[in-house]
Formats: sequence, C-alpha cells, structure tokens
Amino acid sequence: MAKITFDGIEVEVEDGTTILQAARKIGGDVVPPAMCFYTPLKGSGGKCRVCLVKVTQGSAKDPRPMPKLVASCITQVQDGMVVENTTNEDVLNARKGIVEMLLINHPLDCPVCDQAGECDLQNLSYEHGVSATRYEEERRTFNKVDLGPYIQLHMTRCILCYRCVYTADQIADNRVHGVLGRGDAAEIGTYIENVIDNEFSGNVIDVCPVGALTDKTWRFKNRVWFTKPMDAHRDCPTCSGKVTLWTRGEEVLRVTARKDQYAEVEEFICNTCRFDKKEVKDWTIEGPRHIDRGSVISANHYELPVVNVPIVPNLPVSTKKNLPQE
Amino acid sequence: MGLKILTEHINVPGIETLEVYRKHGGYKSVEKALKTMSPDEVVEEVKTSGLRGRGGAGFPTGMKWSFLAKPEGVPRYLVCNADESEPGTFKDRWFMEKNPHALVEGMITSSYALGANTSYIYIRGELLFVLRILEKAIAEAYAAGLLGKNILGSGYDLDLHVAPGGGAYICGEETALLESLEGKRGNPRNKPPFPAVKGLFQSPTVVNNVETIASVPWIVNNTGAEYAKIGVGRSTGTKLISASGNINNPGVFEIELGVPVEEFIYSDQYCGGIWKGKQLKAVVPGGSSVPILPANLILKTAAGEDRLMSYESLSDGGFVSGSMLGSGAFIVFDEDQCIVRNTWNYARFYHHESCGQCSPCREGTGWMEKVLHRIEYGHGHQQDIDLLVSVAKQIEGNTICPLGDAAAWPVASAVRHFRDEFEWHIKHPKEATAPGAVYRGQLDAITA
Amino acid sequence: MAGDNIKMAETINEVKFSDAAMAEIQRYISHYPEGRQKSALLPILHIAQAEFGGWVSPEAMDKVAEILNIKPIEVYEVATFYTMFNLKPVGKHVLEVCRTGPCCLRGADQMIDMIKQKLNIEEGETTADGMFTLKPVECLASCGSGPMLQVRELYYENIDSEEKLDQFLEMMRNKEHETPTWAK
Ligand SMILES: Cc1cc2nc3c(=O)[nH]c(=O)nc-3n(C[C@H](O)[C@H](O)[C@H](O)COP(=O)(O)O)c2cc1C
Ligand code: SF4
Ligand code: SF4
Ligand code: FES
Ligand code: FES
Repeated sequence: MAKITFDGIEVEVEDGTTILQAARKIGGDVVPPAMCFYTPLKGSGGKCRVCLVKVTQGSAKDPRPMPKLVASCITQVQDGMVVENTTNEDVLNARKGIVEMLLINHPLDCPVCDQAGECDLQNLSYEHGVSATRYEEERRTFNKVDLGPYIQLHMTRCILCYRCVYTADQIADNRVHGVLGRGDAAEIGTYIENVIDNEFSGNVIDVCPVGALTDKTWRFKNRVWFTKPMDAHRDCPTCSGKVTLWTRGEEVLRVTARKDQYAEVEEFICNTCRFDKKEVKDWTIEGPRHIDRGSVISANHYELPVVNVPIVPNLPVSTKKNLPQE
Repeated sequence: MGLKILTEHINVPGIETLEVYRKHGGYKSVEKALKTMSPDEVVEEVKTSGLRGRGGAGFPTGMKWSFLAKPEGVPRYLVCNADESEPGTFKDRWFMEKNPHALVEGMITSSYALGANTSYIYIRGELLFVLRILEKAIAEAYAAGLLGKNILGSGYDLDLHVAPGGGAYICGEETALLESLEGKRGNPRNKPPFPAVKGLFQSPTVVNNVETIASVPWIVNNTGAEYAKIGVGRSTGTKLISASGNINNPGVFEIELGVPVEEFIYSDQYCGGIWKGKQLKAVVPGGSSVPILPANLILKTAAGEDRLMSYESLSDGGFVSGSMLGSGAFIVFDEDQCIVRNTWNYARFYHHESCGQCSPCREGTGWMEKVLHRIEYGHGHQQDIDLLVSVAKQIEGNTICPLGDAAAWPVASAVRHFRDEFEWHIKHPKEATAPGAVYRGQLDAITA
Repeated sequence: MAGDNIKMAETINEVKFSDAAMAEIQRYISHYPEGRQKSALLPILHIAQAEFGGWVSPEAMDKVAEILNIKPIEVYEVATFYTMFNLKPVGKHVLEVCRTGPCCLRGADQMIDMIKQKLNIEEGETTADGMFTLKPVECLASCGSGPMLQVRELYYENIDSEEKLDQFLEMMRNKEHETPTWAK
C-alpha cells in the first residue's frame, strides 16, 4: 500500500495505482479531469494532457519534486508522494492553456451537437472558463461521414483521444477504423469507405468524450436534457444486457451503456441492445438513472432540470422545426 | 589540426570496403573486446571515457548502458539511431556513407558490452542509398565471421540488421523510433517504462546515436581514461559538427570539444568565415531545436568569457543568454537573413512533424506557425508577439515527448533576442514584405 | 513514360509483386523475431512504392496487409503517417525539394519558386506531361550542400543557380529510373 497526499488530503491506495485513480478514491472537486484516459481501455491515457498535476514530493524515500507537471492518469503513486492539483496555480494555468488548445480547432457547434449536455469538453470549458478565443485562424473542418448504418463520425469535433481505436481493438474485433495522417491533420477514419460492423462496434459511441461519434439510430435526435435516463436490462445472449435507456414517455430514444460519474462505462453492451431494442417493452426497467457527475445535465446549465422534461411531441409543429435537429 | 578519432581514415580511398578498413586498423576493438574483455569491462571503459550521447541530449553513455535491465531469459537489444532529421544535422549521414564499417564495428563492440544478440540500425527512409551501403558492409562483416554465430571464435553471437523509416522527424525520438521499428506509427510512448526496461518488443533496449556508437571502438582500443583526456571538463572527446548556412566551408568537422566558437567560425580549418565577406548576425549552435543566439552572445557569454564548443559553455547563461550543443548542428546566419522568416520556417517544420498525439503540441505547433506566417507576410498585430510567447509556454513542458519543447524553444528564443525585428515586421508591413528586405536596426548592437 | 505509369496504376486490378521483390520482402521479414513480422511494414511499403509506379494504392496496401497477416487499417494508419509514401499517382520524377531553414539560408526558397515557374506547377502538382511532381519536403540531412533535392534514392546537391537548375531538369527529362537494387 502507498499513502499519498493529494491537495492536502491523505489517501491510501494499492501500489501501482495511478495518481488519477487515487484522486478518484478521494472524489469530489479535487479529481483531475480526464479526456483520453479510460479505465477499461488498456494503453489509454497520456494524450490529452488535461489531467496534469504537480508532484511536489516524489516519495518518502526520494522527496525531490518532479521537474515537470505529470499526467496523473499514467503516473503511478509512490509511498509518501505529495501531489497538488486544484491547490496549485501552475497546474490550473497549464490546464487552462491545454483546454484552450483543445478548443482552437473545435467547431463550438454545441447548439446543434447531439452530445451537448453530456460532453466532457463542454464541461471542461465551462469549468476552466476559457473565454474569447485568441485563435483567429480558420478552424479545421472535415465532412461528416457514416461509418455504416449505425454510427456517424463528425471528425471536426474529434479531440484525438484514441479511445475509439482502443475500443475497436480491445472490445470489438476486426478493427476497420483508426488514426490516419499525423499532427493536426490526423483524423479518425477508415481510409477506404468502410463499415464498422461488429457486434460490439457501437461502444465507440459511448467512449467518445465529445460528439464526434454519434448514434444514427437515436430517434428524434434530442437534447439529452429533454430525455429521462432509466436503468434497464434484458436477457441478452451476447452481452450483460445492462443498459441505460434514454426515454421520452413510452419511447426509447436511445440506448447506451451505463456510465459512472467519470463517464466510464460499467459494462460494454452489444449492438442488438443498443440499436435494435427501441421499445420499452423490450426492457425491464429498474428505475431512474442517477446522473451525478459534474455535467451540464445535472448542473442545470440550461436551466432545464432532468426531471419535468418538456415533451417535444406536444409542441406545435412550427416550434418543432426550430428545435436543434440534424 | 586537432586529434581525429572518428575521421582519421575517412578520406582513404576504398575505406568503405572491409579490406581497406581492416588495413587501417578496423575491427581491432571487436577482437580486443570479445577475446580479452568481459562485457562489464567494456561498459566500465565507456563510463570512464565520459562519452556523452551525440544524438542531442548529451546523456552519459556509460551510465545509460549500466541502467539496462537484465532479466533472465529475456533478449536485450541495441538500436542505433540513424534517423538524423534535426534541421542542420548531417554528420551521421556523411559518416555512414563514407565509413560504414566504423559504425558496424561500433555496433558489434557495443552489442557485446550490452549482451545483445540482435541489433538494429534504424535509418531514416530518405537514406535508402545509405542503407544499401550499410547492408553491403554488414554482408562483408558476416562473410568475415565478424557477425553471425560465434564471432571470431569467441562464442558470442550477433545479428545486425538495418531498418528504414518512412519520413518522419519524430522517429528520432527514441520511443517513437522503437514504435516505427515495430512497424507502427511513430507515436512516442508514455514514459515510464523507459526503453532500458521495456523497449523494442517490450524487451530492455539501449538506443544510441550513430556518432556515439562509432566512438566506442576508439575507447575500447585506447582506454576510457585516454578518451577522457581529450576535450574540456565534462565535455570529453571529439564531436562531429555539421556546419551549414552562410559560411565559406559548409560541411562536417571533427573537433576536440572546447574549441572557441570564434575560431570555429572564422578559422579556415573549419567554417572559414562568413561568406561573401558579410557580417555574422546569429547562430543556432545545436540543431533547429536549440535557442538561437545573436552574434555577440554566441562569441562571448553574458559574463564576457569566450564561448567554447562544449556542452557546458554553449549552455552557459541558461535560456536567458545561452543555448545548447544539441546534435552539433551549427547553423550560421549572415546579416542579410531575416530572423522572423527563419522562425516561421522552423515553426512550419515542427507543425509538419508533430505526431499529433498530445493536444498542446498538435494544436500549438500549428497555431505558432500561423501567427508567425502572418507576421512574416505583413498581417501581424502588436499582440501577436506576446501571443507567440504565451503559446510557446503552453506547450513547453506539458507534452508527451520533447518535440513540444523543441518547437517552443526556437520561437521563444527568437522573440527574446530579436524582439525588435518582430516589432518592425508588424509596424512596417510594407517595408518588411518588400523583396529582400531585412531589419538592420539591431545589427550594430549585436555585432559590436 | 510516367503518364503510362499513372494510367496503369489507376486501372490496376491485381497487385502482384515480382519474384525479386517478394524475395526482398521475405528477407526483411526474416530480420524480426517470430510473431513480429509487422515490423517489416515500412521496408515493404518502400518496395511496394518502387514496384507499382512510385505510389501506394489501397490495393497495394491491402496486398501488403495480406503478406504480413495484419489488418488493412494497420497499413493505412502507417502509410498515412510517413511522408515518403505517395498515396496518389505521381509523375515520373518526384522532385523532393528541401524547404527547411538551413537550405533556405542558401537559397532553397528561390529554387522552389524557380521550379514552380519553369514547370508551371504548384506544390504537390504534376506537370501535364506526367514528367515531374513537385513535393517540398523537410530537411534531408544535406544542409551543408543546399539547395538540394532528392529524386527516388538519389540526392542532387548545391543547385544554387538558375543555370544549374536548368541543367538538372534537362538531365532528368532524359533519365530513366534505375532498376531497384534488389532486382538487379
Ligand atoms: C523530436 C526528437 C528527435 C530526435 N532525433 C534524433 C535523431 O535524429 N538522431 C539521434 O541520434 N537522436 C535523436 N533524438 C534523441 C533521441 O531521443 C535519443 O536521445 C538519442 O538517440 C539517444 O542517443 P545518444 O544517447 O547516443 O545521444 C531526438 C529526440 C527528439 C525528442
Ligand atoms: S472520435 Fe471520439 S473517441 Fe475517437 S478519437 Fe475522436 S474524440 Fe476520441
Ligand atoms: S509532443 Fe508532439 S510529437 Fe511528442 S508526442 Fe506530443 S504530439 Fe507527438
Ligand atoms: S486523461 Fe491523462 S492525459 Fe488525457
Ligand atoms: S535543411 Fe535542407 S537538407 Fe537540411
């Protein structure tokens, strides 16, 4: 076991635990954000750099501070380590700088994005208050493409976290998409027109931290805060069948895996559950899903509570048209 | 003329053949090491020599070798970094092309010291013609029993292969190199684990520059103690310097570390002075990644001492008034060169070469290039200079690999030392964009 | 003729390596431990590019994937990362001109402009007769002899005047590519 001090709070964790996981054990506001690391995906992390923290004391044995900020998601704790996150000005400044980098080429099309309300990048930019952009240049854009009948890719929104690539390698098999090109011209793609077709391929949608990979079967594309999440299950021969249903009245608008407060899926689900079972009668409802991560869904940034959602079909036709749709 | 360790026989006709190479004392270190020394003894000699990595970082080679993990039953690898893509650097290509057996000899002796039975030379893909020269030398060495099974009857086995890259500066970074050698994209790895523990094929690996490895035979033949006598202070031995830019004799020079910079620039033995009788404006002394210094600060340190061609002297003053020896690429600017244009050119290079894995470097390198482009082409705003400094700071130290720093330093140092020139571009866009226009306001001050 | 190359490449249906190329491919694969045959991907892509008209088509990449027993996407990911692999048909001679700082101190910018003017093409374009493609590249480790450029495996250095450039272009117009070394 290793004892570390994180933002002044002591916590004891198994040897080999990362700083990020130790902070998550503490929980609450001190936990560093993570845009690329994803616990179930081997090899993920280290790329987005938003989880940087300052190690002011390396370990009890070697108390020297680490010279640079380190990525908390891939750096292992040492007994006696002292780490600063929200208590360190340099960390907050660096993070602000990195969030700005993630946004310079981001389309900021939240009003028309399916992910709005549950987007990690949106949350991050709220929290780090990156204001009027200093970036005057034209933003990088790509055309939308369909990766088969179920999944749509809006590359313009991608932050190249590589999560979907690891997912396709580790959860599904016969990966057909990947990272093409390099530098800021790198993109997620299949190179030749190709269909992501595999019983577990839909999981790439759940792991995507932004709205780059979206569910084409999402009925009546809807703002998530209009919908009501419910935990449900079914007897599925392929996966655990444990899902979250996003419903509106009797309709299932979309099915996702269950995600924890860090937006990490608890169990990956199969495509049949995700794309084909769109009626409430397909499912045994367990009860409302408690969304407790610091997201705009729960934080009411849109002044629309998750409960009492307006029911879209009751609106006059003309209003319906004005709803953000794609 | 100083002592020549690496280049003594480089101009001997036919030195690229095994026969001629051996006539001039070639492969002696292999015989000596394999027949009379234990691997650890070779490592000790290299430690004693004080040899520092010639790839850029200057890390002590002997120490690096002693860090190599040696778990039972797991193969170890030596990989030679012949990726040489740092702008301004061309010593490794020149050396391998002329004297391939010297590298092969160094690889055998060094692999023996590290207990590696398979080693690779990773060469940048553009140098396929050099790859063929090396492969020919390797084939000759196999035929002479210097490679393969039971080398010279010593019981030591070694296979040596050359592997080409495909056009990517980042593959010079050692973990990106290993990825590339495994047939993947050249994305640097997260560290730890370091290559000494998990490198090529997840096995313990040492990565060394061509020149580092080529220095080992002399150390084995003449002892580390002798090598340590050459040079100055902790900068022991000789170094190949690639000299380019506006000088009379561009080319590769082997110097004893510690030669005064002024002598290096103006002596006919070396650069032969600034071309066309012009004045010296600035120097980038260690490859495009290191800070640029104006003439006054490259010739003398801030304290007024003569600047020497050594690790310590070139970095004297830190990043405020110093730079780095880096890979030994000495790029010279005459009075008619525009610092803004050059800084934009370097920024474009790093933008083009970023692997794109981590966000500060992927986005920041492109941003800096765009801002510099608009300043150079007469559309800059006053706040752009501070913006550049701020973006450089947002990248520096926050990335997976040092390419981020390498992209930030040239920009930060150019603004630090040539701020006037940037301001002039912004304030006088018409004059600044006229063909051949150069800012001269600062020249008197820096060449004084 | 390069024009023929392009046509041939576009209509290529079956990608078949020559015996000499296959032997070379096998030699590279043999350099790596069991189960690590993917390591030979870069050398094989170079061989494919030399074999099939100076570029790598999706069909050629699929063939490479088949030889190495890896997924096609693994080949696409790699081929698009490295700048030496041309992913579209190119002219007979691809002029890979160094555009980096040290060469520019000795006139590389001007040389690139002259090439554009003389050949009437922009960066990345191919002349109408299919003879030349202009492809500016970064530092080729020949900075002491700039301006310089590379065509296939060879370096052409110190092209520092219009006269030398003219001579160079004239020479290239009459030059046939050498057979790849492994096929000799
Ligand atoms: C972006 C980048 C590019 C590099 N390019 C090279 C290179 O071309 N050749 C080289 O020997 N080292 C290069 N290095 C340094 C290597 O990572 C490594 O430190 C070196 O090969 C170690 O060898 P040495 O100790 O013998 O110098 C580069 C480093 C970085 C970060
Ligand atoms: S598409 Fe989404 S999951 Fe995939 S790399 Fe981009 S942001 Fe990450
Ligand atoms: S710093 Fe740049 S080159 Fe290095 S890993 Fe990050 S993106 Fe890639
Ligand atoms: S979450 Fe740690 S670097 Fe992305
Ligand atoms: S800058 Fe042109 S070869 Fe190095």
